[in-house]
Amino acid sequence: MLWKKRNRPEESTEVEEVPIVHGGNKQVMVATYFFVALFLGLLAYYVFFMMIQSKDVINNSYNQRQNLLAQRVVRGKILDANGNTLAQTVKTANGSETRVYPYKNMFTHVVGHSSKGKTGIELMENFNLLTSNNDPLENLKLRLSGEKTIGDNAITTLHLDLQKVAYDALGAHKGAIIVSEPSTGKILAMVSKPDYDPSPEILGQRWDSLTKADGTDSCLVNRATQGLYPPGSTFKIFTALEYIRENPNYNQFSYTCKGKEEQDGFVVNCYKNHVHGKQDLKLAFANSCNSCFAYLGTVLNLSKYKKTCEQCYFQRNLPTKFVYNKSSFVVNGRSNKEEVMHTAMGQGKTQITPLHLNMITAAIANKGVLMQSYVVDHLENASGNTVRTYQPKACGSVMTEEEAATLQQFMQAVVESGTATSLKQLSYPVAGKTGSAEFDKTKRSHSWFTGFAPANNPQICVTIIVEEAGTGSEVAVPIAKKIYQAYLGN
Amino acid sequence: MDGARIVLTELSRYIIVLLMALYTYFGFRAYGAKKKKQRRLVRKQTRMTYIFHFFGYMIIYLNTGDWKVLEIYGMELAFFILCGIVYRIVYKKENGLIFNHMRMLFVISLVMLGRLSTASAMKQFIYMAIGMGVCIFLPFFLKRAKKLQEDGWFYALVSLILLLVVLFFGTTKYGAKNWLQIGPVMLQPSEFAKIFFVLGFAGILSSVQLEFKKVVQVSILAGAIVLVLVAEKDLGAAFIFFVTYLFLLYVASGQTIYLFGGLCGGSGAAVLAYFVFSHVRTRVMAWKNPWICIDNQGYQVAQSLFAIGTGGWFGMGLTQGMPNAIPIRESDFIFAAIGEELGAFFGICLICIYISCFISFVQIAVSTKVYFYKLLAFGYSVLVMIQTFLTLGGVTKFIPSTGVTLPLVSAGGSSMLSMIIMFCMIESVRILDVRQEEDEDAMEETE
Repeated sequence: MLWKKRNRPEESTEVEEVPIVHGGNKQVMVATYFFVALFLGLLAYYVFFMMIQSKDVINNSYNQRQNLLAQRVVRGKILDANGNTLAQTVKTANGSETRVYPYKNMFTHVVGHSSKGKTGIELMENFNLLTSNNDPLENLKLRLSGEKTIGDNAITTLHLDLQKVAYDALGAHKGAIIVSEPSTGKILAMVSKPDYDPSPEILGQRWDSLTKADGTDSCLVNRATQGLYPPGSTFKIFTALEYIRENPNYNQFSYTCKGKEEQDGFVVNCYKNHVHGKQDLKLAFANSCNSCFAYLGTVLNLSKYKKTCEQCYFQRNLPTKFVYNKSSFVVNGRSNKEEVMHTAMGQGKTQITPLHLNMITAAIANKGVLMQSYVVDHLENASGNTVRTYQPKACGSVMTEEEAATLQQFMQAVVESGTATSLKQLSYPVAGKTGSAEFDKTKRSHSWFTGFAPANNPQICVTIIVEEAGTGSEVAVPIAKKIYQAYLGN
Repeated sequence: MDGARIVLTELSRYIIVLLMALYTYFGFRAYGAKKKKQRRLVRKQTRMTYIFHFFGYMIIYLNTGDWKVLEIYGMELAFFILCGIVYRIVYKKENGLIFNHMRMLFVISLVMLGRLSTASAMKQFIYMAIGMGVCIFLPFFLKRAKKLQEDGWFYALVSLILLLVVLFFGTTKYGAKNWLQIGPVMLQPSEFAKIFFVLGFAGILSSVQLEFKKVVQVSILAGAIVLVLVAEKDLGAAFIFFVTYLFLLYVASGQTIYLFGGLCGGSGAAVLAYFVFSHVRTRVMAWKNPWICIDNQGYQVAQSLFAIGTGGWFGMGLTQGMPNAIPIRESDFIFAAIGEELGAFFGICLICIYISCFISFVQIAVSTKVYFYKLLAFGYSVLVMIQTFLTLGGVTKFIPSTGVTLPLVSAGGSSMLSMIIMFCMIESVRILDVRQEEDEDAMEETE
């Protein structure tokens, strides 16, 4: 104890007729320990906040201190996985600083821009890029001489080569491509078109036209994470998942396709009214038989269907730091037949972002476990020492391992005998699903592909959407092939 | 000149943390030490305080170039020196640790406010001077223990009436009706009610035999006071009064059941308040996740965390941060401004100073033999500690924010005055007790 104990018994020195019994120092001490414990708890939390939480907390666009930090720290670089510079701050001839993006439009959406507000990784890692964890003595010396310290560099999971292939493959089309690693959730490439040059001068000149309200182009939107598209036939993944979940003997399922499915006066047609004939579930999936899946919709338990989709992150926040939009799935127990039939085959009111579809596809490749999607691998100080590493993070299972295995087989059948047979020429097995999403009767459909390879040992997961370009097989599948070839060889 | 400014400002980040760390260390060392060593440590602390004060104002002056800063510094320095002399006369025989802590907290307050706005620093300084002036007379006021004890009910009623006046004539600020305007002066009577509350209940509880019936009677009065505060929507203050009473009752009765019963009842009331009052839900929501409501309910807490987090361990340096982005930065959220510019090491030391204050307070309560004094000292120490905990916890998002001030540091005349008085009340108890002991010893010797 910190103070001298008194030997005298506790008693009131006041002279009272009737002695009053009171509590004494024992109670005072209990109270003291209680309060000291409270304060120690506070101190522990404070230290925890400073050491662990604060880095993520301060990296927030509402924190107004970025301009203050920018006056003291040279914004760090953004590099790809192999050390290629994607963004860096350099001094111009007149001594002022400017941000340079060596690959111009190629990485625009994922790396982002840093003038006129911040987007992409420039936004995600804003405060980390403006924090210098270099040698403290070196930094002190710089500060004392009134010079700026050098901010930390963000090393991303992006691959320049793959990004280039994806960027070129999408060509002049509007759309998006995401390439990820299923076992970790790392983004290897992310393209969105149309794009723009993120360098400050050009962005400044073009800003007014880019932000104009007519916005048919919406260059500034990262379609890969924010674009909400009708999923088309790629949604059959979710319908199939629900069917096998509800019917353990799905192997015995059989349906005879007559080119259309009619119920209560509502009709759903197969693509070009093609008659698929007798189909089991795997075949119907491989051939993307609309009639069959429209029928499946009518036999599903709709509230369970909704639950399955919500488990697969429809109507929910995605575990990622990207700025994204929430995918929507609106069918419930009260929906009418027409809506259910259209939804089950991928039309209707359902909307999905390419990022979301990519994460689900990766989860199928990853035994049902959904990984957090991330693009910054680690932070290094200017001398190249790692300051902080972002670890892959599993976010629970969206389906069981068996369900994932079944869907893998189905998706392999798509390549072997279904709508993506041009991928069969590759030396390794590929699994995937195509989609052709109609959104306007007068225009061509959006072309979808989502899949992974090698099917028996998934290394990369590719999701592609090409706007108004045609069917999935015609446009998206050839792009996927180029990407697989670039990463895994022929 | 500019080079010197940069160098000094940068170096000051480390020097200030070092000074503060040493100061805090000496404070804790003093507990185990012998009298002579204790006095030496206290003198070292005094030196640290003055150097910090000098450094703080020098950096502010260098970075603002405002002559007024030097003027204020001069006045403050004179005040602190005078205080030191007067204190040694009035509160002699005290080891000086509590007074040192008070002065350090004053200096922190004045440096931070001087940096935020010289006008508030000036105001704060004036209240400080008034408060310390009042405290010269406290030992004389407290001398007649028996009379004070008998008047317990009277003081408790004064506390109730003060709060009722606010309830009927008060004005609302930040959602709570706890301000009273008298001419040009804005007062916060609940701050002064704190003084009378403890004085009153320490008197009542120390003078009666606490049978169950009596406990119910006394608790009804205390409950009424807390309910008035709830009606004013001043839930932070209601919580402080409630917990203070609970611990007073616990010590006075010696019955653990009252403490547990009270804590359970209090938790029940908190849950009820959550469902009844929307502003309670707002605070809880902002605590659970300020980021999803960052534009509205979560704004204050989020800005506070940005400031503390961006400041890092050594702070951005005095005048180098952006504390103006923090709402209510001069009073309730001053700790966030301190965290931003002076850093987390400094903040931790500051918390340790409060803990050290508390230990010194409890030492006084434990060693005091006059039971009324014991309860009085204990009551004030508990009150100060709860309030400190509420504000520090709220600013760092450890607990939901309740909007109370940081004792002796936050700007605000009423809270400053009342806190100075409470600190000095505890010290007065100490010197009165020492005197009594000396008298007794003298008597024993003659026998």
